[in-house]
Amino acid sequence: MDATALLLSRIQFGFTISFHIIFPAFTIGLAAWLTVLEAMHMRTGRPVYQALFEFWLKIFGVAFGMGVVSGVVMGFQFGTNWSVLSKMSGPIQGPLLSYETFTAFMLEASFFGVLVFGRKRVPPWFYLFSTAMVSLGTTLSAFWIMVNNSWMQVPVGYVFQNGYFAPDDWTKIIFNSVVWSRFPHMLLAAYLTGAFCVAATGAWYVLRGDYYAESRVMLRMGLFLAAILIPVQLLFGHLVGDYVHDHQPAKFAAIEGRWHDEQPASEVLIGLPDPATESNKFEIKVPILGSIIASSSLSSKEVGLADFVPQDRPPVLIPFVTFRIMVGCGLIMLAIAWLGSYLSIKRRLRRNRAMLWAIFLSFPLPFIAILTGWYVAEVGRQPWAIYGLLRTADAVTPFLTASAAMTSLVLFGAVYLFIFSFGTFYIYRLLRTGPTRLVVEPPHGASPNRPMSLADPELIRSGYRSAGE
Amino acid sequence: MVLFWVALLAISMLIYLLLDGFDLGVGMLFGLAGNEADRDTMLDTVAPVWDGNETWLVVAGVILWGAFPVVYATLLSAFYLPVIIMLLGLILRGVAFEFRHRAAQQLRWIWDVSFVGGSFAASFMQGVTVGALAQGLKFTDGVYVGGVFGWLTPFSLLCGIGLCLGYALLGATWLVQKCQSDVRDRARRQIPALALAVLAFLIVVFAHALITNLPIMHRWLDRPYLFVFPAVGAAATVVLASSILHHNDRWPFAAVAVIFVAAFGTLALSFWPYMIPFAITIDEAAAPHASLAFMFWGEGLFVFPLMVLYVAIGYRVFRGKVGTTPGHY
Repeated sequence: MDATALLLSRIQFGFTISFHIIFPAFTIGLAAWLTVLEAMHMRTGRPVYQALFEFWLKIFGVAFGMGVVSGVVMGFQFGTNWSVLSKMSGPIQGPLLSYETFTAFMLEASFFGVLVFGRKRVPPWFYLFSTAMVSLGTTLSAFWIMVNNSWMQVPVGYVFQNGYFAPDDWTKIIFNSVVWSRFPHMLLAAYLTGAFCVAATGAWYVLRGDYYAESRVMLRMGLFLAAILIPVQLLFGHLVGDYVHDHQPAKFAAIEGRWHDEQPASEVLIGLPDPATESNKFEIKVPILGSIIASSSLSSKEVGLADFVPQDRPPVLIPFVTFRIMVGCGLIMLAIAWLGSYLSIKRRLRRNRAMLWAIFLSFPLPFIAILTGWYVAEVGRQPWAIYGLLRTADAVTPFLTASAAMTSLVLFGAVYLFIFSFGTFYIYRLLRTGPTRLVVEPPHGASPNRPMSLADPELIRSGYRSAGE
Repeated sequence: MVLFWVALLAISMLIYLLLDGFDLGVGMLFGLAGNEADRDTMLDTVAPVWDGNETWLVVAGVILWGAFPVVYATLLSAFYLPVIIMLLGLILRGVAFEFRHRAAQQLRWIWDVSFVGGSFAASFMQGVTVGALAQGLKFTDGVYVGGVFGWLTPFSLLCGIGLCLGYALLGATWLVQKCQSDVRDRARRQIPALALAVLAFLIVVFAHALITNLPIMHRWLDRPYLFVFPAVGAAATVVLASSILHHNDRWPFAAVAVIFVAAFGTLALSFWPYMIPFAITIDEAAAPHASLAFMFWGEGLFVFPLMVLYVAIGYRVFRGKVGTTPGHY
């Protein structure tokens, strides 16, 4: 086994999946938001909803395109770099991911075409239906991915025979108890991402003094949704912590920065774990809180990392730090969403520039939270590819050479950097331009909210293709 | 159950070949387009459907993984570099659809180049993979031992060129069906050369396979009814030729599609019942019954027909010729 090929494969997987996750996280939320906008427009006939729909559809299009192409890569990387894993767990992971492709991918892909190019070719109800189907597709996709990943985190319902893991009980695999905390956790994270990006865009326009009606809708809908969802998210985050505590004690100890058994356990708030001395430097901790968080008890005994032989311990620093970043982002988002909603209800938000700046600058927080959350989950489960059953080091393609792995890593790095820079730039430019020039056609019967722009024939364009040109 | 999944795998691969085949082909011909308006038109013919077309590659991939995990793991790792390069090609051409419209006029060429280059890279690597597979990979006791460059032979490179030509032919007939005036006329002029090149290529490959691979030769001599596939292909070629001469817009695509089906059938039946030729058979490769059954009762019986329905809806919504002016949609 070539250790370098292993390391390079791990870097490559981590890199491509980090890149990929950003887009589904964004598009799951946006697809739901588009469905709501289209439905609201059909119900109320207010042009602001249609303007927002056409505007966000373009941003969705760019993000969706990048999500699709980077997602296609993920499916094949299991086979190229992790052939032992894909052979051994193929009978379980293969069918799960095939359900993803069958139920979600094709739904998304087919109706996405209608969404972007078909406005004039299909009746309005079918257009709304297509929007809802794209949204359903993105959600189903997340569901199957979480089922699959949860099986790798907590393998259940399998038998080991002839060198592979065969499914023994599909109900156990799909209704794996941990799926029902992890899937909502991911879905809520995606909705929060959408909500914050929408609210931040609204705040940006208010700061610029642009797009009165649109920014109002965006700020309100984004902030209110976030204000309701974040407490729910914290609850599900806690439930996810419970599964880690019960099923992956080494990961839990690493997240907590707990080196030795403690009873009752304290909670390390800040510190710098040092594997050499098996202790934390610069530690600030609260007595007993650790037991309360882990076991809802004042006196429970919590295990430390030293209980595990060194080769079974995860690298402690990454889960420890990323977990704190994730929770920190969550708490800041909670404060912004609640304060922002409060000010919005009191009709004082538009005058409060400091708050608007805070909302505007908050848009990276959900992305950071999602990325760091995945690092906690994935780095924390090391050294296992399938927890407790197959080590990552044994899962890599045996004859893969370091130079081949290096070549592909460099190529991926270059191509991803290239398309990511341009993609981000194009999304930025769409956001900067705003919804004005994208109004499709005068709404039937309703009074236009920006008569000036609607009166100017130059500004009335017809459809997707013309946008951004 | 095993047979069902072999059949569905074959159907998915064939659908992929036909659908992504034409849009990869359009991608390659895109480089030969005369002007900006023609390029826009060409893109318009595939923009609403390319994403769905490409999804069939993933469909085939996950069927392979779920139903024949050994084959999935072996092939993808053995074809490490071709698969990676194909994926990078697909990425570049995929984002080009969206990015091209967003780019400033003077930077648009970047995405045009990505679109053409990505289409070439993906098509070429797919051909290389099929060629190497047909020629045979090195195995010892069912384990791949060919190394990272085991796929690299003159024959596999030839197959890479062959598939590029084939896709380009399919793409040209698609343009004839979907376009009017200039774009259609140029595509129609490209068809004869492409068709002759593809036919020459197919004959060379078929002869090569018969000569170098005795097991295949015996199979064909034992079962002469297999020659029905090449015969159907030949008939389709006649239809193609006459439809081009008569300036028919609908038939060329259908005829080339039939040629593809015939070539695919010829190849698949040459190797039956091997999944990886002369190393791993279909039965050896099959996943445990519980996996196949789980896939069968859900996605096989219900979701697959539904999936075909979405695709049909998609193509129905965007049926008919694409306008010649940009901003058609």
